[in-house]
Amino acid sequence: MKFKTKTSPFLNSSQNINSVMLQVLLALIPGTLTLMYFFGTGILLNVIISIVFAVSLETLALIIRKRPLLPFLSDLSAIVTAWLFALTLPPLMPWWIIFVGIFFAIIIAKHLYGGLGYNPFNPAMVGFAVLIVSFPFEMSQWVHPRTFGDLGAYDFSLMEKLSFIFGNQKPAWDAITMATPLDEVKTGLRAGTDFSSVMKESSYLQTLSQNTWLWSSLAFMLGGIWLLYKKVIQWQIPVALLGTLFLLSAVFYLFSADSFASPLFHITSGATILGAFFIATDPVSASTTPVGKLIYGASIGFFIYIIRVWGNYPDAIAFAVLIMNMAVPMIDYYTQPRVFGHKPSFFSSGATQRKQDKKL
Amino acid sequence: MNASLLSNRSLAETTSIKLYKFHGGVHPPFHKKDSNQKPIESAGIPSKLIVPIHQHIGKSAEVVVNVGDLVKKGQLIAEKSDVISAAIHAPTSGTVTYIGEHSIPHPSGLAEICVIIETDGEDDWGHFKLPPIEDPDNTDSSVLLERIEQAGIVGLGGAVFPTSIKLASSGIKHIETLIINGAECEPYITCDDRLMQDRSADIVKGIQLLQALVKPQRCLIAIEDNKPEAIAAMRNATAELSNIEVVAIPTIYPSGGEKQLIEILTGKEVRSGGIPIELGLMCLNIGTSYSIYKAIYLGEPLISRIITVTGNGIQHPQNFEVLIGTPFSHLAEKAGGYTKMAENLIMGGPMMGFAIPDDAVPVIKATNCALFISATSLRESNPAFSNQPTLPCIRCGKCMEVCPVKLLPQQLYWHIRAKDFEKAEDHSLRDCIDCGCCSYVCPSHIPLVDYFRFGKSEIREQKVALEKADLSRQRHEFLLYRKERDKREREEKRAAHKAALQEKKAASKSDSTTGGQSSSPKADAIKAAMERAKAKKLARTESEKMDTKESDTKTVAKASTEEAQ
Repeated sequence: MKFKTKTSPFLNSSQNINSVMLQVLLALIPGTLTLMYFFGTGILLNVIISIVFAVSLETLALIIRKRPLLPFLSDLSAIVTAWLFALTLPPLMPWWIIFVGIFFAIIIAKHLYGGLGYNPFNPAMVGFAVLIVSFPFEMSQWVHPRTFGDLGAYDFSLMEKLSFIFGNQKPAWDAITMATPLDEVKTGLRAGTDFSSVMKESSYLQTLSQNTWLWSSLAFMLGGIWLLYKKVIQWQIPVALLGTLFLLSAVFYLFSADSFASPLFHITSGATILGAFFIATDPVSASTTPVGKLIYGASIGFFIYIIRVWGNYPDAIAFAVLIMNMAVPMIDYYTQPRVFGHKPSFFSSGATQRKQDKKL
Repeated sequence: MNASLLSNRSLAETTSIKLYKFHGGVHPPFHKKDSNQKPIESAGIPSKLIVPIHQHIGKSAEVVVNVGDLVKKGQLIAEKSDVISAAIHAPTSGTVTYIGEHSIPHPSGLAEICVIIETDGEDDWGHFKLPPIEDPDNTDSSVLLERIEQAGIVGLGGAVFPTSIKLASSGIKHIETLIINGAECEPYITCDDRLMQDRSADIVKGIQLLQALVKPQRCLIAIEDNKPEAIAAMRNATAELSNIEVVAIPTIYPSGGEKQLIEILTGKEVRSGGIPIELGLMCLNIGTSYSIYKAIYLGEPLISRIITVTGNGIQHPQNFEVLIGTPFSHLAEKAGGYTKMAENLIMGGPMMGFAIPDDAVPVIKATNCALFISATSLRESNPAFSNQPTLPCIRCGKCMEVCPVKLLPQQLYWHIRAKDFEKAEDHSLRDCIDCGCCSYVCPSHIPLVDYFRFGKSEIREQKVALEKADLSRQRHEFLLYRKERDKREREEKRAAHKAALQEKKAASKSDSTTGGQSSSPKADAIKAAMERAKAKKLARTESEKMDTKESDTKTVAKASTEEAQ
């Protein structure tokens, strides 16, 4: 009797890319719901519109590149990218701005580099970076969160919201939006006000940072910890990132509590937690060795602080991640783990290991 | 106390030595119960045995029988041909009907020289049974080693390295621990499990022989804790022996890999490219210990082994004692025949075994399992992944987490895809043990091990090509050097000759002016020409003399004549 031949191993675990991506999406739900609670359904609209654009553009790109649709659409990676991207947008964004961002994320940052697995830069962060550079005004229009009563964006009807997004009608931005804590503190500190008075001066800033953003951060952290538990991500990047950011901000805060924001403020404000658990851990564009992940995460934490404090942008996750994306190949090459049966070495690229072996 | 009643966890705790963990590893479905419920049965004598003469690491054995010869059971049919080689014996009595190429179990379905024996069903030893060694304890170890060599015993754990050489190497260094590997970590395989359950006393006798030969301080028998019956049987058989300990190790693939097992038991890592003896350790398989027992106490050479016949492609999975050379088809028959699901035949386990295209090939000393299995049970045709073909690598690092050697499969994969073999070597590709854990966990279903095999063979070929290129470059450089040297020598000679000639001329001139010698310029020219020819000839023979050492004399001679012209 004749048999078919294949090569070993003949078995496969039950893990798929889409099961991995699905877990990431599930982990995003608590954070997203919390943001929705504070900022209204505008957040959800952003997510839905982003996903629709992303999946459409992904389909288009796959057709143009003559790739099979089903396996690459069902891997859910476009949806993860779109969702993460949407979470960085203030609610009630005009649709075409979302489209521009998604276009850069999916077409430029992902498919022009070869699609899934081949993008050196985090697609969602490329989309965000393009928007924050090109549309700084729109990107800073965060509506009042629920904490401040009836002025909140959740008071608009769905039709009104849709007409803000798709029509020409614009809300009275000034009346309904406000600066984010990071922005406010930065402006305040720049103007020479000390940190504690900036915080005290505006009561809503205090509540904002201690309430809205704190809770959102905790909700995202919940999802992140679940991903850690499920072993979808490893601890190195989030721990190194948050640890470095905490240490740096603590050192400067201790040095001068007036001119620098507190560590807690840095950790819980803006997209720090989202970035640490969901964005910096994107496997494709992140470092992949255990030591490399520590270096990569710590460097992102470092750049977040530098850019937040001395740069021009209020938040810095995107730029810090993109900067470190560039360094990934080098980090990975010089942080190879000690292979079984090899001598330990400090900077262990294989080349140095080989030299050592020769000496033996 | 009945150890089989204990749970797996507490079994591992019954071990008194400290156990370590190796990096990574996986837990595939093990399917051990499929085949380990029934005791070992003989597979009987098939009508035809196909015995390959190359079943071991090292050189092929040399055939010592002829077509038409009647052979008895245990008769030598191919003898050890080199230091690393092993003897092959007739597994039963019969007639040699063919000596020549026949397909053997090999991943590429290669053919090798085989001796085909038409069996006579007598199973007659004739006088070929070796005399049992009655009192091995008082026998010189060289006699025992010679017997092990005579019996053609090789490592039955998979590497099939001649055991006598391995044992003899114990002279290099003092052996602290002798490890008997009964881990059997591959899914589906239960031949060692069943052997330990059914013949523990004989195995222990074999192990005691090994102890007498390598004189270790202690001896550990390592068995994965998913085999409680085997552990109990072996503990029972060694209860009286203080220097042998049965160690239950946690079940995880690939704990049975030699280097991984050593790490589990001792926490030590065998140096990359090194062997366990450097650490004072020696590792032998359960099956090997049993065949040593048979060779010494019973005088039987290695002509049969225990093979697991299992999988959903077979009616009644079971372990058999099988004569070497039995075709796989005979095993399938013995196990109740094929089911509808017999779509693949794998020799060995599903993690490291290889597929065999035809059941007419024979089992060999390395065959521990015949796995007949449906395509849907295997990775490529698994219906769970039907809409998930191989996707690009997303660098998730799962492969890195399970790699027992701590490689970075995700990086190796990139470099090999890009055919950047130098980088692959930088990432220690040669340390890969082909265990398949990376391919097993990959969520993109990338056949990583295939890439690594490809990379390794390319690197090997490149090295051979590089050596060849180096050799021809050296030859070419030497050729150029020689041409240069010859030219220089010729010129020196010519110059010397010219000088001599001029001197002579000057002398003859002075002669003619003084003595009026009758030497015409014509005669001079002839003489000079003759001398030139002589010098040329001399130079040529000399250069030829030098060149005879080299292979390319002709080219040089031709070149030098051309130059001379």
